[in-house]
Amino acid sequence: MSRTTTTVTLFLVLGLSVLLTVLNLGTAPDAAFHAPTYAVSLTGKYLTFAILALSVDLVWGFAGILSLGHAAFFALGGYAMGMYLMRQIGPRGVYGNAILPDFMVFLNYKALPWYWLGFDNAIYAMLMAVVVPGVIALVFGWLAFRSRVSGVYLSIITQALTYALLLAFFRNDMGLGGNNGLTDFKDMFGLPLQADATRCGLLVASAVILCLQLLMTRYLVTSRFGKVLIAVRDTESRTRFLGYRPEHYKLFVFVLSAIMAGIGGALYVPQVGIINPGEFSPANSIEAVIWVAVGGRGTLAGAVLGAILVNVGKTFFTAALPELWLFALGALFILVTLLLPGGILGLLSRGRKAKPITPAPEPAE
Amino acid sequence: MTFTKPQDTILYLDGVSVSFDGFRALNDLSLYMEKGEMRAVIGPNGAGKTTMMDVITGKTRPDTGRVVFGKDIDLTQLDEPAIAALGIGRKFQKPTVFEPHTVWDNLLLSLAGDRRPRFTLWARQTGEEQDRIAEILTTIRLMDQKDRRAGDLSHGQKQWLEIGMLLAQEPELLLVDEPVAGMTDAETEQTAELLREINRTKSVVVVEHDMEFVRALGVKVTVLHEGSMLSEGSIDYVSADPRVVEVYLGR
Ligand SMILES: Nc1ncnc2c1ncn2[C@@H]1O[C@H](COP(=O)(O)OP(=O)(O)O)[C@@H](O)[C@H]1O
Ligand SMILES: [Mg+2]
Repeated sequence: MSRTTTTVTLFLVLGLSVLLTVLNLGTAPDAAFHAPTYAVSLTGKYLTFAILALSVDLVWGFAGILSLGHAAFFALGGYAMGMYLMRQIGPRGVYGNAILPDFMVFLNYKALPWYWLGFDNAIYAMLMAVVVPGVIALVFGWLAFRSRVSGVYLSIITQALTYALLLAFFRNDMGLGGNNGLTDFKDMFGLPLQADATRCGLLVASAVILCLQLLMTRYLVTSRFGKVLIAVRDTESRTRFLGYRPEHYKLFVFVLSAIMAGIGGALYVPQVGIINPGEFSPANSIEAVIWVAVGGRGTLAGAVLGAILVNVGKTFFTAALPELWLFALGALFILVTLLLPGGILGLLSRGRKAKPITPAPEPAE
Repeated sequence: MTFTKPQDTILYLDGVSVSFDGFRALNDLSLYMEKGEMRAVIGPNGAGKTTMMDVITGKTRPDTGRVVFGKDIDLTQLDEPAIAALGIGRKFQKPTVFEPHTVWDNLLLSLAGDRRPRFTLWARQTGEEQDRIAEILTTIRLMDQKDRRAGDLSHGQKQWLEIGMLLAQEPELLLVDEPVAGMTDAETEQTAELLREINRTKSVVVVEHDMEFVRALGVKVTVLHEGSMLSEGSIDYVSADPRVVEVYLGR
C-alpha cells in the first residue's frame, strides 16, 4: 500500500513538472494549452513546501519529535541561497557597487562582513545551505536529546529556536538585510532568473530533489535503522534496555531532516524571488505540521500530497477570502485531528489491514 | 564492613538504598547471586522488587551502595544501554514490546549485535540471524505468529515475546519482573518450564509474588520487605520463617 502511494506520488510530481515545462516552453504564449510562467513557479514553490513537509514527517512521524521550528531550517537554507543570489547581482544594483549589496551601501557598510565571503561561489553557497541548518540542528539536537527533552517541552523549545532566529534576522546589524531580507535577484548560475527556461529548470530540479528525498526517506524508514526509530518513537525506554541509544537515532534523523529542509529552502528562494525574516515566523513551522497531519503522519508520500493540496487550497482561498485563511487552516487541522487521524492516506487505506509503520494513536508510556 | 565475596558471583548488591521524596524504596539492601543461579525474589506489593531491577539496569541511581556485576564492574556508574551491552537483559512487569512491529521484527531488533545507527542503516538480515530468530520463535512457541503485529498478540503471548526478546539479546543475566501476571494456569506452568530451560545456560532473577509459581521453580528465594531483605533460603525455609509469615498474613 505505502509502496504504491510512494510510486504514484513520484509519478505525479515528476509528471506534473515535466508536463508544465513542456506546456510552458513548447507552446506559444497565446496557445490554448500554454502553461503560464507564474503557474510553473507556483508549482515549484509547492514542491519546495512538500520537501519541508517530508522533512517534518521524518522526525514527527517516525521519531516522535514534533518539531514546531522546522521552517527555521528551511529559511536558513533559503538565506544561504539568497546570499549567493545577492552576490550574483554584482554592479547591477541601484547603487552600482560591484561587491556590496544595495542594503549594505544604504547602511554605510565599508566592506563585506566576513560571513558573506565565499557566497559569490555557487558551490560554496549550496554547501552552506545544508551545512548551516545541519550544524544548528546538530547542536540543538545534541543538547535536547542528551538531556532527554521530549514531548511538549521539545516542541516548545523548537518553537523558541525559530522565534529567536526570527528576532535575530530582523536586526539590521545581522548584515542580512534586516526586515526587508534579500531580494531583487537577477541571475542564478549566470542564467537570468526571469527567463522561462530558468523557471522551468528550477521546477524540474525541485521535483527531482523532492523525489530523491522521498526515495531516500522511504529507504531509511523501512531499513533496520527505521525499525529502531519507530521502536524509539513508541517505546523509547525499552530500546534503551536493549542497548540502543535513542539519542543517537534521534539526532541522526533530526540533522538529516534539517538538511532536507535547508535544501527545500534553497530551492524556494530563487522561485519566489525573496527571502525575509518572516520565513522564521513560528506560524510557518506550525503550518508545515498541519500539511503533514492532513496528508497523513508517518506516511512520507502523504506529507508530500498534504503540502501540495493544502497550498493549492491556500492559493485559491487567499485570493477569494484572504482574511479567513488562518481560520480555515485551523478548522482544517481540527477536522483532520478529530475525523481523519490518519490523514488523507489513512482515508485511502481505511478498511485495509493497518500498516505496521504508521504511528500508534497514543504513545506508550 | 569486611565481606569476603565468593568467587563466582555474577551480581552483588552492597548496601543499596534508594529514596523517593524521603520514602525509602530500598533500604540498605545487600544480596549476591552466583553465576548460573536462578533466584526468585518475592515480597508484597511495594516491597521494592521493581526498584531493585531499576537499580541493576541503570534506570534508577541508588543514593548509596554498590551494584557489582561479574568480577568488578560497578553498574551504578553506567547508563541503561551500557549495562545492556554488558549482558544484562530485562523483562518488564507490564509487557513491553514494539507494538507496530511484527513478532519477527521485535526479535530481529533484540538480537545481540551492533546497535549503532551506522550499522543498522545498512544492515541486511543474514541467514544466521534468521536461524536464530526461528530458533527463539520455537522456544517461545510463537512460530505461527511470526508475521503478526506484536500489538495484536494476547497478554500471555506478549509476555513470551518479551522473554524471547531477552533471549535474543543473549544476556548473561536475565531480570524477569512478574512474568506470569495475568497468565492462565497452563501458561504459568509453561513459563516456569521455559525459565528453567533458560537457566541451563544463563543466570536469572525472577521477581514474582505468586508463591505457587515460585514453588514450581524450585530455586533459592529472597524475600524483600520494605526495601530490605527479610529472609533468604529454600521456599520451604522462607515460608516457615515467622517473619515472612507475619508479613504475608499480617496484612
Ligand atoms: N519513581 C518512583 N517515584 C516515587 N515512588 C516510587 C517510584 N518507584 C517506586 N516507588 C515506590 O517505591 C516502593 C517500591 O515500589 P516497587 O519497587 O515498584 O515495588 P514492587 O515491585 O515490589 O511492588 C513503592 O511504595 C512505590 O510506590
Ligand atoms: Mg513491581
